[in-house]
Amino acid sequence: MAAGMTYFPIATATTSGSISTTTFSSISGAYTDLVLIVNGGASTAVNMQIQFNGDTGTNYSRTALTLDNLTAVSSRQSSVAYTRLEDGGYLSTTFPAKNSIINIMNYSNTTTYKTAIGRANNAGTGLDAAVGLWRSTSAINSITVYIASGNFTNGTTLTLYGIAAA
Amino acid sequence: MAYSYKLIEAKTLTTTTASITFSSIPQTYTDLLVLISARGDAGGQRDCYISFNGSTSNFSNRYMEMSNSLVASGTTARYIGAVSGTTTTANIFSNGAIYIPNYTSSQYKSFSGDYVAENNAQSTQVLTLSAQLWSNTAAITSIGFAPSSGSFIQYSTFYLYGINKS
Repeated sequence: MAAGMTYFPIATATTSGSISTTTFSSISGAYTDLVLIVNGGASTAVNMQIQFNGDTGTNYSRTALTLDNLTAVSSRQSSVAYTRLEDGGYLSTTFPAKNSIINIMNYSNTTTYKTAIGRANNAGTGLDAAVGLWRSTSAINSITVYIASGNFTNGTTLTLYGIAAA
Repeated sequence: MAYSYKLIEAKTLTTTTASITFSSIPQTYTDLLVLISARGDAGGQRDCYISFNGSTSNFSNRYMEMSNSLVASGTTARYIGAVSGTTTTANIFSNGAIYIPNYTSSQYKSFSGDYVAENNAQSTQVLTLSAQLWSNTAAITSIGFAPSSGSFIQYSTFYLYGINKS
């Protein structure tokens, strides 16, 4: 690409040891959108969950179109304490079979609630196309990615990119 | 601030071509993204298949797709979606996005596929989401695409991008 290159690495984490949570903090508001890429596994089959700005209140919702093994299903949660963009393409003990691509739009505005769109994949378990909502007008300055049981497999990578307005 | 999203190679077909290959892919990026706009010369839609390093072995997947208004799923190794053919409305090219994280790692390669073959009719359109795995520890140095029969036609495009986390 020429002058239009607007994709910047903000931070990356490669898990090591008994890690079940990764937080990207002090996220600059200088970008337009964020992209989170995850590739790895876990010590048990588990979904990856996300919270913004340390908010553990029931201010999240989610809607997913899922391939659960080989069955297409849909699901919905509202007023929960996290958003989750996977049900079929979850972390599994097969490393690194899982990948996720999560786009967080207009994350730094202070007017609207925040939406994330995710694609989660695991060739052994299924996949998802999902949307998550955080009902807050605060600019997102931190993202916590965690699993409720077990740990990320060592070597799981989580990378946060910023997309800047051209 | 480093740019992280760079065009490695663009291929625009000037003649009918049975398959395309990105070879000698630099090993200096973290992830790869391939964007496809392709149409085939076969009578109907044809499956589009991916290969790495000249190999068609050790691929597995799960896919979910809407084909002619019906939801389907399956496991067809290397299948990423349907290439528009001559029964598709003229000038419609199918489109795909293939995201490959950690393509140089010494682990298996998990990757994501989104592909659509639209049509101006109530039939012969397919939307495919896929979770893909190449169970090979070699770094990816080449990527190939080919339809199950026939060839890609002139004006089909294949763009390979590199994304770097540092």
